[in-house]
Parts: sequence; structure tokens; C-alpha cells
Amino acid sequence: MKGSEFSSAGNLKGTYSFPDNFNPELNKPAKVSGAEAIIKSLLMEGVETIFGYPGGAIMPVYDALYDYRDKVNHVLTRHEQGAVHAAQGYARASGKVGVCFATSGPGATNLITGIADAFIDSTPLVCITGQVGSFLLGTDAFQETDVVGISMPVTKWNYQVTNAEEIPTAIANAFYIAKSGRPGPVVIDITKDAQFSEFVYYYQSAKKIRSYQPKPKLNIEQVKAAATLINKSEKPLVLFGQGVSLSGADTEFRKFIEKTGIPAAWTLLGISSLPTTHPLNVGMLGMHGNYGPNKLTNEADLIIAIGMRFDDRVTGDLKRYATNAKIIHIEIDDAEIDKNVKTDVAVHADAKEALTSLVNFVDKKNHEKWLSSFNTLYDEEFDQVISKEIKPDAGKLRMAEVVKKLSEKTPDDTIVVTDVGQHQMVTARYFEHSGKSLSITSGGLGTMGFCLPASMGAKIGSTDKSVLAIIGDGGFQMTIQELATIAQYKIGIKIVVLNNQFLGMVRQWQELFFESRYSFTEMTNPDFVKIADGFGIPGRRLDQREHLDSSIDEMLSTEGPYFLEVMVEQEDNVFPMVPTGASVSEIRLS
Amino acid sequence: MKQEYTLSIFTENHIGMLHRVTIIFTRRHINIESITASQSEVEGIHRYTIVIREELEQVQKVVKQIEKQVDVIRAHYHKTDELIYQEIALYKLSVSAIRDGLGIETIIRENNARLLTIEKDHLIIEKTGHKEETAELFEKLKPFGIVEFVRSGRVAIMKDTVNEFEKLEYNEEV
Ligand SMILES: Cc1ncc(C[n+]2csc(CCOP(=O)(O)OP(=O)(O)O)c2C)c(N)n1
Repeated sequence: MKGSEFSSAGNLKGTYSFPDNFNPELNKPAKVSGAEAIIKSLLMEGVETIFGYPGGAIMPVYDALYDYRDKVNHVLTRHEQGAVHAAQGYARASGKVGVCFATSGPGATNLITGIADAFIDSTPLVCITGQVGSFLLGTDAFQETDVVGISMPVTKWNYQVTNAEEIPTAIANAFYIAKSGRPGPVVIDITKDAQFSEFVYYYQSAKKIRSYQPKPKLNIEQVKAAATLINKSEKPLVLFGQGVSLSGADTEFRKFIEKTGIPAAWTLLGISSLPTTHPLNVGMLGMHGNYGPNKLTNEADLIIAIGMRFDDRVTGDLKRYATNAKIIHIEIDDAEIDKNVKTDVAVHADAKEALTSLVNFVDKKNHEKWLSSFNTLYDEEFDQVISKEIKPDAGKLRMAEVVKKLSEKTPDDTIVVTDVGQHQMVTARYFEHSGKSLSITSGGLGTMGFCLPASMGAKIGSTDKSVLAIIGDGGFQMTIQELATIAQYKIGIKIVVLNNQFLGMVRQWQELFFESRYSFTEMTNPDFVKIADGFGIPGRRLDQREHLDSSIDEMLSTEGPYFLEVMVEQEDNVFPMVPTGASVSEIRLS
Repeated sequence: MKQEYTLSIFTENHIGMLHRVTIIFTRRHINIESITASQSEVEGIHRYTIVIREELEQVQKVVKQIEKQVDVIRAHYHKTDELIYQEIALYKLSVSAIRDGLGIETIIRENNARLLTIEKDHLIIEKTGHKEETAELFEKLKPFGIVEFVRSGRVAIMKDTVNEFEKLEYNEEV
């Protein structure tokens, strides 16, 4: 339907039109409370699940929710950080906007880590926080914090509602902003009086905001300039990030590399857009990435970066990065272009649109010799690192062999979720992606505690898929309370804790760069299996190689959630490694 | 090389907008030399003029990050010579400055300043101009005893005309 320009109460302006799923029953203009308007608006946006935690300032909303229990699913997590990470996992698994609720003050501040995580990893979230009454704002009232101020640096947009009539517009804009363009988190802070007061409700979803241009228009000249460089290049290398999957461009991406025959390397968040075994997949970039793509970044004559942002963990020392290459950057966010690496040709566009067009201008080619140089380096890496990791002859279990086994035994379309640390890098390196699988991890922020709640969100967002959570013993204890949520809602995720009794990644750095001075990284852990059992989740501890197969089989054949603790080599290191400050081509195999 | 740049930023008039813009400078550890906020020629659209000293590349990155904010309509940066700009300064002096007959009137006249008001104890002089000019007048008035001094941030207008609000039109529905 056609949009119309109007200005609602307050100072939010925009052009609005009816949503596609326009439901006249829900949207009959009727007098409702602000709290009910919030719930109705979420339903109008097609929200099915809310992750949240109640408290004083958001009680009217929870009260309104009580009447809508049959229309929307609410998951009570055990900590607001759990709610926001669950919403992130939900969003990344389902492609929808994740929604969470929290009360004012401590409830809202507990969301901040997850919001910051969603911001840096471009995850669409709408977080609704209760706020003290508008007449109390700024008075240090009970549980008052400046949520708009605190969340401003880590949100794509935020807004405080003090007047019930602003609720429909604020929520419509929130969803539109969260999911359009480069996605991101939005916070809507709603005062308690606005939740109580009544007004005539009517909802129109947002289709446009005048100051906001989510998708740049594709500039065909930029595409042609990129094609010219690509067609001339002898040693091109594609670097791809999450932008590919965010724009739904997996197919177009594959067409592009297959036509041009260009080797492609991925960032941690790009990982599942291309099957691991694809002949052009040359592996992971960056600090713990593969030997070939890191070494050869400085040999390439052209880098084609697609939906990635040249994070310092990917580039190493920028002054000695891609020293022989021209740079093409296909990127939806103009602020990322030339931010870290100066481009020769920028294609400021949505990845899918850009690739759909670009593929028409590039020559069909293959770069056999260049590609084989990656394979040679892979063989070297295999001999010196990989073989020992996945097939150790003796000693304790290694993370890599466990991950490898999990990868073999889990279904092709598994969603694998990791926390932060050695196990995360090992999983990225050794879990094989089929093209149907999905990886969810905290990339940009590196938030320990992310995995457990994110995997429950992922399972709820994608119930038909199997969800595998791989966590370190440190990170597991950061959000361990969510075992209660998993048990209460019978969320059938498979949890694997790779227990090295250390904050492994930090210990590795201490060993390599701080003369093995293990300053506060050793942990005496509780009996995790007993704890899981206490929460009502079955599980077992595994410390013998010969039981690896059977334990995984038992886990996968158990209905519902399952907890597997694997005791692994305590002082194992993840290699290869680009030490901080080094150039990517100085990557070490040991 | 660090140089003076003036940023013109056009935003929706929302509570907290200025904060959203200034944290971008804070994050990059950039000091704001001066800042002015006011309504623009279009109702509901605010305009910030911010002066910083930075390297061009850094300025370009900051401007992109500002323009990326949802409620920011447009952001530009300019070198000083591309602008017509002014600042205003107020000087409060004791009335004895006149009584002394030391030629304060001449100073006011020669510096294109004006006497805004004379109160029982004080007089207030106003001068608009560039920072060097208001600073020069400050030096000249110093011997009379300046009780209070204040200078505004810069306001600036581009010499070239551009349609600031074309973006409002080219934003399509998606
Ligand atoms: C919230 C948070 N605090 C601290 C860190 C720093 N950090 C990065 S990895 C790591 C160790 C993780 O240990 P563990 O969870 O046991 O996983 P492992 O590395 O042993 O696989 C730490 C402390 C972090 N990333 N996040």
C-alpha cells in the first residue's frame, strides 16, 4: 500500500504504510494502555519470541503480556545478559529481529554487553527497557539509570518514550532500523507512566525514515571498475565476511568465485557461507587462521573484500598488510570503506546486489597455479600442525580431535555456536561446514558467556535444526545460570564444555609472550556434570579417547538438552598464530 | 598534518542527538575546539558547526561515522578557506573604563566592536569576527580590566551552494 507522510505525537517523523502482514483485528483503532500497545506492536511486527526478565519499571508490560500468552512466546532467562545473548542467537539463526525485555537500572545495564556485541557483529535486535516515571527522570530515582546515554555508543539507534502515543511509531522505526541496511541493535526505553497511560492505538510499520538511507544505490561504474581490476589480476584473493550471509548472497557469492576461479578466504563470521571442502575455499584469515591465506595476502596482487571490515585480528600490522595488492572493497557501510585499509575501488553497496551485477562483467578464468600455492601451504600446515591436533598418538584428548569428531557426527545442517577462547578458534578451524550449516559466535566483541544463551536462542529460532554449543570451562561459568532456562523450556541443545582447567587462550598468551607466568588463569572448577544434573540436564564427563565416539553418540541420541564435559590437554596451544603487531605473512606454525 | 577543519552536521531535532554526535569524537580521542548548535533554514532540522584540529584522513572517517547515524541527515567537512564564518565575543568591563577617558571609545570604533549596554557598574562590549580579531580586542581591552569574557563557537556557511537536503528526497522506500 502507498505510504503517507504524517507526524505522530512527539517528534518522530517518517513515512509509514501498512505492514505486509496487516492484521485488521489486531490493529483496530482502540483505546489501550501503552504497555498493551507495546505487545500489540511487537505482534504487528511478527514477533514470536521475546527473551526477558521482569522488574518494577517494566511490570505494566509484563502484566499486558499475560493476556497475550497464547500469541507470543516469552522466555524467562536467568539473567538479562542471558536474554540479550539469546535474542542474538535467535536473530542469527532465524534471520529475524531478536527481541528482549528488561527492567530499568540493573536490568538494562545487564543488557549492555549483549547490545555491544550485537552492534559490532551487526545483529538486528530490539531491546525494550522499562524506565522510571517521566516525572522522576534525572532525579536518581530508585533503579534509574541513563539507559539512552549508556547505550548510545553501542546502538544503531535508541529512543526514550515518555508519552504512550509515541509507542507505535517508536517500535515501528526500531524494527525498520534494526533489520535494514547493515543490521544492528536498537534500544527503546519506555517510562513507566507511558506504559500506564491510555491512548487510541493504531499501528503502521515503517518503510522509510527521511534521514536514513539503509541501502546505497548500486553504482554501476564502481562495479565495472572492480571488474576491470579483477580481469587483469593474476593473483587475486577474495576475503569474505558476514556481509555475504547478511545480504543473503551465498549463492551469488559462489557464482562469482566459481566463474572467476578466485581463491576465497573467510573471516570468523564469514565462515559458513562457503562449504569447507569447496575447492576455492582456502581457509580462515587472521590471527589463528590458516597458513596459506595469511602468508599469501602479501603475495596477492588484488584483494577483493566482500562484506568484511578488515578487523585488526584479520589484518595484523596494517603497514605490512596486502603490500602488493590493489584493494576492492564491496561494503554496505560507507564508514567501513577506507577505515582501516585504503581501497582502490570501493563498491558501496549491498553484497548481493553488487555480486549479482559484478558477475556479468568478470571473465571466466581459473587460477590453478595461484590456487595450488595455497594448497602447498595447507599441506605444510597439515604436516606441522593439523595432523597432530586431529590425530594425536597419545596423551590427553585434544580440542581439535573432539571438534573434528563432533563435526563428523552431527547433521549437515547443524548450528554450531561457540564461546570465546581457544575452543572457539579450534572450532572455527576444524568444524567442517557443509553449506547448510551455520556458525554463530561472538566475533567483534569476543564476549565470554555468549555461547550458552546464544545457543538456546538459536534453537528457539530454528527449532528443526540441531544446535551444538561448544564452550570453554571459563566462559561456561559466565552464564552457567542459563542451564535453568534450558531445563525449564526443554531447549534441546547439545552442550560440550572443553575443559582444560585454564582460561586457555589467556594462558597461551602468557606462555608465548609473558614467559609462562600463569598469572591467575588456572581454575579449580566445580563438578560440572553434577551441576548440570542439579539443573535437570543429563550428561557425562569424558576423559578417555576410546570413549569419544560413544559419548558423542549418546549425546546426539538423547532427546532434549545434554551436557558433555570433555577433559582436554591442559596446556595445548592454538597454531598457526599471527602474533600481535606482526604482519600476516609472519604467521607462525609453532 | 593536523589542520583546522570545520564540520557542518545536519540532524533531526531529537533529544540526545548532540551526544550521539560528540561521542564519535570522544571515541577517537579528538578534542572539539568549538561547537555551535542551532536550527537550520528547514524547520525541525538542526545544524551543528564543530571545529577540530585533525589530520584529513581522520576527519573523513569521523564525518562518515557521523553521517552513518540514523538521525543525521548530512555531514560535511571543510577547510577554513572554503567558508564564511564568524564568532561573537562579549567583554564585560568596569564602568570606570569610560570615566578614565583613556580612549576606549576609539578602541571600540577602530575594532568594529560596539557598546551593547552600560549598567550601573559595568559596561558590555560586543565584537563579531574571527577568533584572532576577538583575541586582538581582548588584548587591547586588558589594560582596562576585563571582568568577564566569553566567546561563542564558530558559525559557518559554505561559499559554494549545495542542496543539503537532497538526501531527504533520494531515500527510497525499501
Ligand atoms: C567477558 C570476557 N572477559 C574476558 C575475556 C578475555 N578472554 C579471552 S579468551 C579468555 C579465556 C577463555 O577461557 P575458556 O572459557 O576456558 O576457554 P579456552 O580458551 O580455554 O578454550 C579470556 C579470559 C573475554 N574475552 N571476555
